[in-house]
Amino acid sequence: MIPDFLLRAWLAGVGLAAVAGPLGCFVVWRRMAYFGDTLAHSALLGVTVGLLLGVNLVLAVAVACLLIACLVVLAQGQKRLATDTVLGILAHSSLALGLVTLGLVDWLRVDLMGYLFGDILAVSSLDLRLIWLGGPLLLLALWRLWPSLLFATLHEEMAQAEGLPVLALRLALMLMVALLIAAAMKIVGVLLITAMLILPPAASRVVARTPEAMAIGAALAGIAAVTGGLWFSLWADTPAGPSVVVAALVLFGLAQVGRLAVRV
Amino acid sequence: MSGAEPLVAIEGASAGYGGAPVLRDLTFGIDPGEVVTLIGPNGGGKSTLVRLALGILKPSKGRVRRRPGLRVGYVPQRLAIDATLPLTVGRFLDLPVHRGPADKEDVLAETGITGFGGRAMQTLSGGEFQRALLARALLARPDLLVLDEPAQGVDHAGQAALYRLIAGLRDRRGCAVLLVSHDLHLVMAATDRVLCLNGHVCCAGTPEAIGADPAFADLFGDAAAGTLAVYRHHHDHRHALSGEAVQRAPRGQGADA
Repeated sequence: MIPDFLLRAWLAGVGLAAVAGPLGCFVVWRRMAYFGDTLAHSALLGVTVGLLLGVNLVLAVAVACLLIACLVVLAQGQKRLATDTVLGILAHSSLALGLVTLGLVDWLRVDLMGYLFGDILAVSSLDLRLIWLGGPLLLLALWRLWPSLLFATLHEEMAQAEGLPVLALRLALMLMVALLIAAAMKIVGVLLITAMLILPPAASRVVARTPEAMAIGAALAGIAAVTGGLWFSLWADTPAGPSVVVAALVLFGLAQVGRLAVRV
Repeated sequence: MSGAEPLVAIEGASAGYGGAPVLRDLTFGIDPGEVVTLIGPNGGGKSTLVRLALGILKPSKGRVRRRPGLRVGYVPQRLAIDATLPLTVGRFLDLPVHRGPADKEDVLAETGITGFGGRAMQTLSGGEFQRALLARALLARPDLLVLDEPAQGVDHAGQAALYRLIAGLRDRRGCAVLLVSHDLHLVMAATDRVLCLNGHVCCAGTPEAIGADPAFADLFGDAAAGTLAVYRHHHDHRHALSGEAVQRAPRGQGADA
């Protein structure tokens, strides 16, 4: 008999992985890994504000991530600081701000580890509904924007010269990543979210011949990692978030070994 | 074709990237079916002019008018495809919109890479890659083809072949071509008009006129001017021995090259 909390966590994880795979492909192709990390760090500031205001944490984190994503896009318009530097400033200051604020408010008792590394017990049925309503919407948006995003990923100016709204596309992609990170926080935790955007696409790359095949493969690899990781964590009593990431790592490793085996 | 409405008209435009403008008070237009080659030293504003014409960069002064409904095909100077992105030539041709298989076969044949549809973009040689970029740009049936140093990373024999292909495009398709190139001797024969940029229009005109223009010789040295002359006009001016004449020899002195 599967416990209710685990079923909720698994359903939530599957919903997330199905979106994280295709979205993660763009994170990999556009080298946005650090951007994902920055949003993940800022999620903790969202948690703090959400707790203070007493609103749903997924929503609070989503708002915080969206704000940070907009800040990054704005900051890319200036030339004084490299994007890398901007991301570094935002990532660590928002994390520090979140922690300091938590410390200032002494009536808040927070399980910090749960947010940093995920806490599947905390997945509520409201969270689950948010994920399964929002996930398909995100996938639909991604599917509609796919050709334009892919073209802009190859060469932004080439896309712009041929009439694509590249700034809006970049913003849309960042907003989608922000929403996903907000939703994924409870499953894998703030510190490990980016892994779910990177590892499944990287594993899928080995077998994929087209961008679309890589996206579908990444979604499947992510779902497999969530399933295997949660099962393992239940069996061996290990933390769920890290177990899911380790499962994704194993898949990635297997894909690499498979590639070498085929080449030999 | 001077009677037709220009495809792109740049009127008294200045443009740059925050600091001092790279281009100042530039006026320039491209007519339908015309082949214009941009030359000039690095930092002279060639790519900036291309960006202005494409609408990627807004002028800080003056204005840029593009004919309504203008279809543009653009081959950028550098296109690095990340190794993590699996992309075949055939799929690349589908960007940003899907094309019919027959159209793709045709354009691959036209650009001389028949049968390359299944190859990964990252496995192409320099020349094949540039041809694939050109093929994709052509699929949009552009009125204006913009090629920013299309022969970069192509070996010498390949360059000549690539420029022959580009020269044939205008005749076959009637599209205008805006070309940025350092390979003066290769492109001039197929060019209607040369624009030499050094922050401003240093000189402009037919390749013959440019070859004879003192401003051109000052910028590139007399040897370059002579190279142009080989193709288009009778060579009647003088060169320093080095070919890098900083001080132009007055008539009647110095050695004939």
